Amino acid sequence: MNNIKHSVILERNKCVGCTNCIGHCPTEAIRVRQGKACILDERCIDCGECIRVCPHHAKRAQSDALTDIQRYDFTVAIPAPTLYGQLGDKYSIDRILTALKKLGFDAIFEAAEAADIVTAKLKEMLKEKTDPLPWISSSCPAIIRLIQRRFPSLLEQIVRLEAPMEVAARIVKQELYPDKKNIGVFFISPCPAKITAVKNPIGAQSSAVDGVISISEIFLPLQNAAANLSEVEPLGRASIKGVNWARSEGESQATEWAGTVAVDGIVNVINFLEELENGKTTYADFIEVMACPGGCVGGALTVENPYICKARIIRKAGKINREARERGKTPLRQQLIMMESEIPPVQGLTLDADVHTAAEKMARIQQYTEELPGLDCSSCGAPTCAALAEDIVAGTAKKNDCIFILREEIIILTEGLAELGSWMPPLLSKESRKKDE
Amino acid sequence: MALFTKKYIIDADNSLSYGQASSNFKKVLKLLGIAPPIIKRTAIAMYEAEINTIIHGGGGTAQVVIEDDHIKIMFEDHGPGIADIEQAMQVGYSTASHKVREMGFGAGLGLPNIQKNVSELKIDSTPGKGTKVTIRIAL
Repeated sequence: MNNIKHSVILERNKCVGCTNCIGHCPTEAIRVRQGKACILDERCIDCGECIRVCPHHAKRAQSDALTDIQRYDFTVAIPAPTLYGQLGDKYSIDRILTALKKLGFDAIFEAAEAADIVTAKLKEMLKEKTDPLPWISSSCPAIIRLIQRRFPSLLEQIVRLEAPMEVAARIVKQELYPDKKNIGVFFISPCPAKITAVKNPIGAQSSAVDGVISISEIFLPLQNAAANLSEVEPLGRASIKGVNWARSEGESQATEWAGTVAVDGIVNVINFLEELENGKTTYADFIEVMACPGGCVGGALTVENPYICKARIIRKAGKINREARERGKTPLRQQLIMMESEIPPVQGLTLDADVHTAAEKMARIQQYTEELPGLDCSSCGAPTCAALAEDIVAGTAKKNDCIFILREEIIILTEGLAELGSWMPPLLSKESRKKDE
Repeated sequence: MALFTKKYIIDADNSLSYGQASSNFKKVLKLLGIAPPIIKRTAIAMYEAEINTIIHGGGGTAQVVIEDDHIKIMFEDHGPGIADIEQAMQVGYSTASHKVREMGFGAGLGLPNIQKNVSELKIDSTPGKGTKVTIRIAL
């Protein structure tokens, strides 16, 4: 699992070559080639939309198995707060955390507790806000990847705070258990983008997280363990606000800042960022942006319905009556919370590094687009006619891949053949041909 | 030869298409690999001018040209024209109707905001005939 760029992968034997995924991909990163879906690495943001829509479950995330924790001498689980909403109301946060620990972990550190820490820092930063405003949240890794590719001019507005998962893992390794040998820190994830954020981090050389286990992988054993607990440990430490980060508006409301906007769902986010790039006045200093519907509760690797999970998160968080705590007596070191490096743009859209070649390619794309039928039917394996035109110019597709163009060509060919068939060479008369028959 | 030219029709009658020319052109700039800060400035200036063409000019056209060293966009409308250009450039000055203001436009920030983001802004207007706004952004 090392050196991978993406966590979303295709199980070739399950893919039937249908076109369900390609039309739903927000970055047009999927093509069907030779009967199988292919993911274009440079465009994929690991949002998981394709995992959600594939009727054959041929898309999945490359996550770790629960058995992988055995490779370590000391293991710590970092559960995303979304986990708390996967089981019904009779399963309290403490019960779920105790059950999770029972699955083989030595300790638990809630991502929600790290969310409290990130919130505290963000509140402090907002008091000394600087242009360019509004700031954009850095917590959703799929959105960071989206902005790198489609909205590079907004990169400077992303807050340089690490996401709670990373902050939690750094605290575990550097503050809580610095002396443990062969320690394994595992994030329990609702989404594939978090897996990518660990394997191929942005804003840091490497991640402090050692493995990522999906919620769907852990769901059944967790449910089983939670139902058969003899004793519940008081493991929950996060505040009501930290737990609410699991759902949309949780992060922005936690700031207690007047000017915030929360956007969820990848299509809504794209439309919003498009307007933001046009200089739209948002009347906000901070924008929360989540790729999944309802926030992390809608992650592609969850089991429960996002909206049921969201309602449970609100109810379960509502029962917490402790304040966010600051870890230890001394304030946290900067490097535990902040990104180490800048977020670079990724040339996912640009047609060519040379502007003249790019312009020439664009003119040809435009010409092909006009020649194609404009139905965006996806039967060629590309999401739209414009995308096919782009592929033709890139040399990865042919105009005849369009079934309508192919049909036209066949008609021309058939008519040509019919005409040739009825053509009499001068040495033959119509009568002589009849005799043959 | 110019790297890219296109004439966009700015339709004032369809509120769903407001900003369409800017969005479309922004995509072109991204495909060409124009630097992000330039894209941002162009997007803001073009969007503002497009909205002006709609709310004041009643629609019109935007002719875009990308050359090696600059981007030029010419907006043309056949609206009422601008009587006093200097006054129109003032922050907060607006002749927008109440209806337009209710849509979130017409705060009198449009032209100053364009000026802030471009290398050159030229306004030619004849009251009663229409307005031509030309912006140039150096690359």
